Amino acid sequence: MSAASTSTAPTSSPTSSEALPTAEQHGIKEHSDGRFGFVPVQTRSARFKSFDVADFPAVTGREAVWKLSPVAKFTDLTGGVLDGSAYDIDTASHADVDVSWVDRTDSRIGTAGAPEERAAANAWSAFEKALAITVSGEEAKEITLTRANLGSAPRAAHTIIEARPFSQAVVILQNTGDARISENVEIIVGESANLTVVTVQEWNADAVQLANHFATIGRDARLKHVVVSLGGGIVRVNPSVHLAGQGSDTELFGLYFADAGQHLEQQVYVNHDAPNSRSRVTYKGALQGAGARTVWIGDVLIGRTAPGTDSYEQNRNLVLTEGTRADSIPNLEIETGDILGAGHASATGRFDDEQLFYLQSRGIGEIEARRLVVRGFLSEIVQHIGSKPLEERLQGAIEDELRGTEGN
Amino acid sequence: MSVLEIKDLHVSVETDQGTKQILRGVNLTINEGEIHAIMGPNGSGKSTLAYTIAGHPKYHVDSGSILLDGAEVLTMTVDERARAGLFLAMQYPVEIPGVTVTNFLRTAKTAIDGEAPAIRTWIKDVRESMAKLRMDKSFAERNVNEGFSGGEKKRNEILQLELLKPKFAVLDETDSGLDVDALKIVSEGVNRAKENTGLGLLLITHYTRILRYIKPDFVHVFVDGRIAEQGGPELADRLEDEGYDRFLAETPVG
Repeated sequence: MSAASTSTAPTSSPTSSEALPTAEQHGIKEHSDGRFGFVPVQTRSARFKSFDVADFPAVTGREAVWKLSPVAKFTDLTGGVLDGSAYDIDTASHADVDVSWVDRTDSRIGTAGAPEERAAANAWSAFEKALAITVSGEEAKEITLTRANLGSAPRAAHTIIEARPFSQAVVILQNTGDARISENVEIIVGESANLTVVTVQEWNADAVQLANHFATIGRDARLKHVVVSLGGGIVRVNPSVHLAGQGSDTELFGLYFADAGQHLEQQVYVNHDAPNSRSRVTYKGALQGAGARTVWIGDVLIGRTAPGTDSYEQNRNLVLTEGTRADSIPNLEIETGDILGAGHASATGRFDDEQLFYLQSRGIGEIEARRLVVRGFLSEIVQHIGSKPLEERLQGAIEDELRGTEGN
Repeated sequence: MSVLEIKDLHVSVETDQGTKQILRGVNLTINEGEIHAIMGPNGSGKSTLAYTIAGHPKYHVDSGSILLDGAEVLTMTVDERARAGLFLAMQYPVEIPGVTVTNFLRTAKTAIDGEAPAIRTWIKDVRESMAKLRMDKSFAERNVNEGFSGGEKKRNEILQLELLKPKFAVLDETDSGLDVDALKIVSEGVNRAKENTGLGLLLITHYTRILRYIKPDFVHVFVDGRIAEQGGPELADRLEDEGYDRFLAETPVG
């Protein structure tokens, strides 16, 4: 990696609200994320939350959660009427994994988190039934749920993934076809359960998806969460993990490959709220083609309630061509001094002509050289998924991404 | 018997101040198994010659020819040149993020041979070469040149030289920035490669000290984009004593 920075291109001139202290009053040094002296008045956990869309003002694009998103392109999802009906799901049945549609009155709904922005609240207000995936049984198992027919009308969805205490499973959410969707996914990991959730976005080129994943992790339980975004016009998947139980553990991985015109975004939030909790966040992205855009915001909060925390977050971007933009903003808030470790890192590097020359001078052709670099870069994430068939398929999908742009 | 012929080579580069001519008619013939040292002051065009042979897009060939066993090298792409048997050990090798040394070496070997190497012998070859170059085993799993020290980068270049087995190798200031121990290790590697494959070498250097460990058959003094004088190893000794002033004095400034 040649360059190490937290943001590649600042956006706007300083805009500070009168209600907020200035950087001088506050005494902090501004970060390089383009907020230019904006000082948050609240800790990450104190953000406004509501299940009701009416509690949120209309989206302007200046909000912290929206400022890097093309909000004008999905006003129907942040403010319009959404179809909240059930949709087609394709999945194989498994004795220890119950998949069913449940009512809004299901006691699990609202236990993993609450919307912090309007699109999420709009979806929460609109869904009629929730898709509930309930995992039991201690032996390892894998289940894939495929959504392929969501259509192009704006819709809402709500999903619950519950791993009962001591259970174990890999749950793969596979997304293809058309979509204009705002949705919430609640992930409830019971005591000592070991759950992996993989969400794969391979939508059609003009699809829009705004997803919020809220996870709560019980005592000694473990969640591995993987976001793979390859296809879609605007794909925003924001995982928020509450380490609620003592000794809870989470690993959050992300892999994204933005082509020309694609906007792929992820805002990750890890809330350390119990002793001896551990988190690792690793997101890696490649950008190729004019207008390819990625956003990664990583917030980690280590609360007073979380002594013994061990935390590390990092984002790496590989820029393959001119005309792309990668925003990368790691934020770390620490409220207790009694921790094992907390770190954050971000780097955005180019694959440049000198690297190409070097590889070619060793006999490797241009196409193979690019493939080698991207495959090597992203395979670190692929290898962590924990499902061999999916890992192999995604390696192939990454090859297709590279091949797709060779024709440009 | 392979031969690399450079004939009346004229090369220029585009700079902010316009086109700048750097090589002004270079003639040089290297036979397999020969070691040629090219010595010269800074800015004389030594590195330009190296990068032009390898095919770096920055350098524009105005006229002349480079023939490898009669085949025109200048019309080949960079990777075709490597597959034809040319190798450039670079002065400043770049970092390749995301690609481990192991993966890189295997991919390059496969590209050059046209088929994947037999796994067992290949792993053994890599290990042995690394051990001889005093490279720790952990290098194999590190990304190419990422976080390598200057000496480690040079050793990694020579590792590739040993494993890829080119017909001709250009070593561009491989000695620069090396302490004496690293210089000896790197030189041993070069000598070993020559012993094993009988390759021809073009050794580009500013200083004479690497010539204590790698004995040249011919020494060429490069001044102002062409060869100003050539001779045997004794010419290097003379340069050691006299420096380049004698040649520079004969050259008009600019």
